[in-house]
Amino acid sequence: MSAILAVHALEKTFGSLVAARDISVAVPPLQTVGIIGANGAGKTTFVNMITGHLRPSKGTICFEDRDITGLPSREITRLGIARSFQMPQIFPSLTVFENMCAATAIAHACGGLLAQLLTPLYSPATMAQAEAALDLFRIASYHSAVAATLPQGVRKLLDIAMAVAGSPRLLLLDEPTSGISIEEKFDLMDVVMSALKNRGITVLFVEHDMDIVERYADRVLAFYDGTVIADGSPVETLENPRIQELISGPKLKISALTAKHA
Amino acid sequence: MAARSIVIGTLAWLLVAAAAPALPQWLVSLATVAFANALVVLGLVILWRAGLVPFGQALYYAIGAYTVALIGRYSEIRDVFLMIAAAAVLSGLTAFLTGLLLARYREIFFAMLSLAMSMILYGVLVKTETLGSTDGFHVEQPTYLGYAPQGNMHLLVLFWLVLACGALSALLVSFYFRSVAGSLAVPVRDSEIRLEFLGVSVNRLIHLNLVIAGTLAGIGGALAAFAVEHVDPDMSYWTTSGGFVFVTILAGAGSVAAAFVGSFVFELLKSIAYDLLPGTWQMFLGAALLVTILFLPEGIGSLFVRLQRRPEAKAMGAKMGAKSTSALS
Repeated sequence: MSAILAVHALEKTFGSLVAARDISVAVPPLQTVGIIGANGAGKTTFVNMITGHLRPSKGTICFEDRDITGLPSREITRLGIARSFQMPQIFPSLTVFENMCAATAIAHACGGLLAQLLTPLYSPATMAQAEAALDLFRIASYHSAVAATLPQGVRKLLDIAMAVAGSPRLLLLDEPTSGISIEEKFDLMDVVMSALKNRGITVLFVEHDMDIVERYADRVLAFYDGTVIADGSPVETLENPRIQELISGPKLKISALTAKHA
Repeated sequence: MAARSIVIGTLAWLLVAAAAPALPQWLVSLATVAFANALVVLGLVILWRAGLVPFGQALYYAIGAYTVALIGRYSEIRDVFLMIAAAAVLSGLTAFLTGLLLARYREIFFAMLSLAMSMILYGVLVKTETLGSTDGFHVEQPTYLGYAPQGNMHLLVLFWLVLACGALSALLVSFYFRSVAGSLAVPVRDSEIRLEFLGVSVNRLIHLNLVIAGTLAGIGGALAAFAVEHVDPDMSYWTTSGGFVFVTILAGAGSVAAAFVGSFVFELLKSIAYDLLPGTWQMFLGAALLVTILFLPEGIGSLFVRLQRRPEAKAMGAKMGAKSTSALS
């Protein structure tokens, strides 16, 4: 098995709008890949297609040499691909601990509806594992806080912690630092990356902040107009004049973009 | 706390069962219907927790009721357990079939589609001579494993049966609420996307909830038919469904016991209202619901919770108020 994720000639159209075209990428296991590009370049469409949220119009997606093109997201999740969201998808009426327990228990009862019927939600094993996950992601101090009241950074961490509860082998993070203040971005990424370390997870993350990409990515995919225009190490990609012109550009432009997202 | 509420529930249940022979007949009769209907409400509580309010639950209620009525009319079978089992299976099966469609809808679309389905049955019942048409027909008295109670005993035995069915359902539902599938109701309301991306099929989960709620409604309908000794198409009419939603709001989704207390309070209010204001009893009930929503937004069930955690009562009340405002906005 050379690549954990192999995408070939992927295309997505919405009527006459081409959201993604001719995307071919192979990601070897354990690589951390940063995905950059301006708004509307097709980054999230790419993530949505891999995780089954959108069905590709053309092309194939293989995960661990298995064709997963067009499978529903819950089946893709069960195969070992998890994701976090730009807008954290947590359960706002539950506490942080209850959120984590729900995610952990679902991972335990992966056999489907019957297993979910017969497994109690708050079993000792589930609770211990949930506590450990909250510790790992440094959000244990919010244990009993209702999720609706959490600051954005904690929401982001909880969202990622819940995605990782099922022990995925591939994790896609959609803008993990959007809506987070500049000072906190690195702390957040440090927590995430150290939590994911040694767990054998291949990570793809969408990011607007080039400093973050440079620091955490082994490889960078640059998206423009629905396709990948550059693919290489962070240094060579970010120094590519075309990338600077089209994406990373003058620093000011990027921070304005990020601010717009917040 | 869970153990404590089971103990309290069991004691209350035993007390009611033991007191029944000493109670006036009208009260036992009223409680029988109330607790039979409480099974329907229990099913609605399951759905409500997931954010679904069906305005057609009377469909399964009527199917349960007509099942036992028709068995009594067209066959020799009189055993109450067989008849109720048949009602449960038929209503559960109906809920499974309607669920194939209903499980894909949410909110008002779900509510209206379920209403439409119940009105189809209403139309069929009204137009079919062999099913008694608009008048309905008489329900034969059942036997209990060969025992045929006489006179007043009949009412008492039926009451005990309703109590037993209620206790069993309440127990099973509270086990269900503790399972992964049962406790995902609030997450379904909060974020279906997160659930799908954790590997859960939300539609199948809702389908399961629909079948459970439909089966409970069928059993409730069967028991109510025995209690009233008559079935008619009104049992499937949308105002009957609306009545169940009314009781669900009155009871609240907080606890399993609330469904029974809420249903009893509703029947009691209704019969008092009939007595005092024969012409305008609906107004009385409407006012009662208004007062409940204003002062007990989480229903009668929230009273138990407040009593159980009296020290925190103030904080809880504030939280509940805040929650209900956010739900409204």
